[in-house]
Amino acid sequence: MTRPSSRATFWALLVAAVAVAALLGLAIGPVRLTPWEAWAALTGDGDITSVAIMRDIRAPRVALAALIGAALAMSGAALQGTMRNALAEPYLLGVSGGAAVGAVVALAMRAPYGLVPVGAFGGAVAAVILVLAIARAGGGRPDPRVLLMAGVVVGAFANAVIMIALASSPPDATRNALWWMMGSVAAATWAQVAWLAVYALLAGGALLVFAPEIDVLALGDEAAAGLGVTVERAGRRAYVLASLLAAATVAAAGLVGFVGLVVPHLVRARAGRQHRAVIAAAGLAGAALVIGADLVARTLRAPNELPLGAVTALGGVPFFLAQLRRFR
Amino acid sequence: MIRFEGVVVRYPRASAPAVDGVSFEVPRATITAIAGPNGSGKSTLVRTLLGRVAMSAGTIYVDGDDAARLERRELARRVAIVSQREEPAFPVSVRDYIALGRHPHTTLWGGADPDGPEAVARAVNEAEVGAFVDRTTDELSGGEWQRVRIARALAQDARTLVLDEPTTYLDIAHEMAAFELLDALARAGRAILVVSHQLNLVARFAQQVVLLHRGRVAAAGTPGDVMRGDVLEQVYEWPLVVTRDPAVGAPALLPLRGGRKQ
Repeated sequence: MTRPSSRATFWALLVAAVAVAALLGLAIGPVRLTPWEAWAALTGDGDITSVAIMRDIRAPRVALAALIGAALAMSGAALQGTMRNALAEPYLLGVSGGAAVGAVVALAMRAPYGLVPVGAFGGAVAAVILVLAIARAGGGRPDPRVLLMAGVVVGAFANAVIMIALASSPPDATRNALWWMMGSVAAATWAQVAWLAVYALLAGGALLVFAPEIDVLALGDEAAAGLGVTVERAGRRAYVLASLLAAATVAAAGLVGFVGLVVPHLVRARAGRQHRAVIAAAGLAGAALVIGADLVARTLRAPNELPLGAVTALGGVPFFLAQLRRFR
Repeated sequence: MIRFEGVVVRYPRASAPAVDGVSFEVPRATITAIAGPNGSGKSTLVRTLLGRVAMSAGTIYVDGDDAARLERRELARRVAIVSQREEPAFPVSVRDYIALGRHPHTTLWGGADPDGPEAVARAVNEAEVGAFVDRTTDELSGGEWQRVRIARALAQDARTLVLDEPTTYLDIAHEMAAFELLDALARAGRAILVVSHQLNLVARFAQQVVLLHRGRVAAAGTPGDVMRGDVLEQVYEWPLVVTRDPAVGAPALLPLRGGRKQ
């Protein structure tokens, strides 16, 4: 067991990692600023250009990256406990596929931007319902393994729908949708940040409140029922909240893979293994990592940008391989 | 204290009921054992008590109240269940695992469980798991794990304890230790219901045995009443003899070779 002092160090490190990542994200860019200058510009103390760069471009971008990382990692941490599966994450369970379908359909129909998250969320919920229905049809109560397989099937189905939607849209809508699916926070606005912050605070906060129930669900259905938990309702609640979080990120920044899968495993043991701490720690670590990934995405081949989803996936593979050694 | 009264359970698409009119009582300060062949309805009874399986008829009373009408958390405060293969998806510290037994006593917002730390400490003592509370659950042996599960149930502070095959996979010493623990808990006043295939152990530890056969009670009473060669031979459909254990005098079952070919 980790000692309380090392536990405190761990949390301090997480907070410091977010702060450092945010400062670097603010300071590094085509116009290079020291962290001090960045801070000055952010507080409105500096030349007009720096203030504009900071306040209108970099700060919302860093904030959006942080929210996306936090939301995806919290979603993954909650789903892994609820589904009793180390591979559970919003993307594998069809949630992101459904959200992508909803968002692409909304984009293809030229819906106002504010409706894209609504489309994505609708798509995610549709996917969740479809996954649950398929898993149930597979026999009795939803077995986590069957749920995962159902998620893969729904994901494939979502891909098909996306391809059809893209093939039948005008070229510029297709191009927008393709870029959107590769994941990016380049076009971050404060409005987007505010939207996602509301989703993330409500759904993420609710997950933290219900986290002790996830500890119990992680024991298995019968043990959880024996501890007074209404298993189906509690499981559905965690699943819906986690999918709400994931859906909001997909709507705001497209597909940013691997964060929900890998980050919870990185923090689980050090956070003390109880879900309230694991979810909170995953949120902080996810925020720091996605801010960092976005920094890489926009500086590695500047002035061109790499898709954020590609960077997180490339970075996630070695992390995941390192984790695999522990599963034996 | 639990009383099963005329419990009938039908699984969808099954030709015969899994449990067909079972009645018996689990009194305080005793060990009651449910035995019977695979598929005789033992685990179904436990799942029915949990509310995981719907009854077609009958009632289960817990401390005199209809279990189906009790709020789930209230039921969990009265009956603690150690189900088969209970294990967290990801390892947790043994102390945190045992503390999960306090879940029915807490609210989602935390707090409101002033007795929690004391109940956990008591459970750790009673189940004698103090030596490994600081480990994580993936570092436990099978015998240690089973004691930790029982400690988790004890932390629940329920007057009735139900265990579904608690000694599967345990060696002789750990099996005996587990039953000795149940015996001590019963002597301390708890009502204990244990589903077990270990008839010879049941004969030595239980005060009451309920033998199930195809969903019905084939025999019930003291181990001496139930463990009769003719009864068991019919229920298990296998030739056997029941002798008397020369050391302790309890009925002892000895299956013979050369039973029916599968």
